[in-house]
Amino acid sequence: MDSEPDAVLLGLLRAGDEQAFVTLVRRHHAAMLRLACAYVPSVAVAEEVVQDTWVGVLRGIASFEGRSSVRTWLFRILINRARTAGVREARSVAVGDVEPAVDAARFDSTAHWAAPPEHWTQLADDRLHAAKVADRIRSAIEELPQRQRQVVTLRDVDGMTSEEVCAVLDISEANQRVLLHRGRSRVRQVLETEFGRA
Amino acid sequence: MLPKLRLRHRDIVCQQAVELMTDYIEGVLPRATRRRFEAHLAGCPHCTEYLEQMRTTIGLAGTITPEDVPAQLLDEFIAIYRDWSADQDGEPG
Repeated sequence: MDSEPDAVLLGLLRAGDEQAFVTLVRRHHAAMLRLACAYVPSVAVAEEVVQDTWVGVLRGIASFEGRSSVRTWLFRILINRARTAGVREARSVAVGDVEPAVDAARFDSTAHWAAPPEHWTQLADDRLHAAKVADRIRSAIEELPQRQRQVVTLRDVDGMTSEEVCAVLDISEANQRVLLHRGRSRVRQVLETEFGRA
Repeated sequence: MLPKLRLRHRDIVCQQAVELMTDYIEGVLPRATRRRFEAHLAGCPHCTEYLEQMRTTIGLAGTITPEDVPAQLLDEFIAIYRDWSADQDGEPG
């Protein structure tokens, strides 16, 4: 059952298949929890939000018409619940804020690199350091401002397409890309600061 | 402040190039801009390395492994399902 697409599992679930429900829960739990954590102050609250989401999914299952993917539908329900439970929303940063990908001080007066990127990518391939790098990227993403964190998590960690992310978060393609760019740029910078060598 | 991204008449410089990285990776740069961007990369090892670092960053994010649902939590989910299922059976039709 693990390899069945979501839509098939949803059909089975409608027909009363408990294992289909368990498979869906296990498949989406980590991503749902990560997304919920971007809205609420603690993992415990995020877990409640995820549970609450599944209650909502079961109640609404008859009305799901398949216009969006199951995952998009699921995550939209999650965000609605998380917003109700969340307190962080007000802290979100406006998309329009200008924040360069790289500190302006690292460029000279002609906008060429004065302090070029330090090398670190080979560390990620090195078994000795790979775990450390993986650990740091996880925390770097957690430290991003909320909107950037949501987009980077959904796109780069959970592997959603930009269309899916826009549908889930209800943002435009252009905003999605700006947030993705800021978020990825910040995470890259963290890795460079931590592991870079000139 | 960022230098204005006016790319029509001039070559792309590094500080502009780093701001175009995501659009380039996403494949949404207009063709003419993409050509200028690639021309810049061809002559700039630092920006080429920066692009590689962005790609590595994305790749690393994708390797964060999802943790399985803890058994106790899974039991709670199953309880949610069984409550719902019992309600369904109790309803006529």
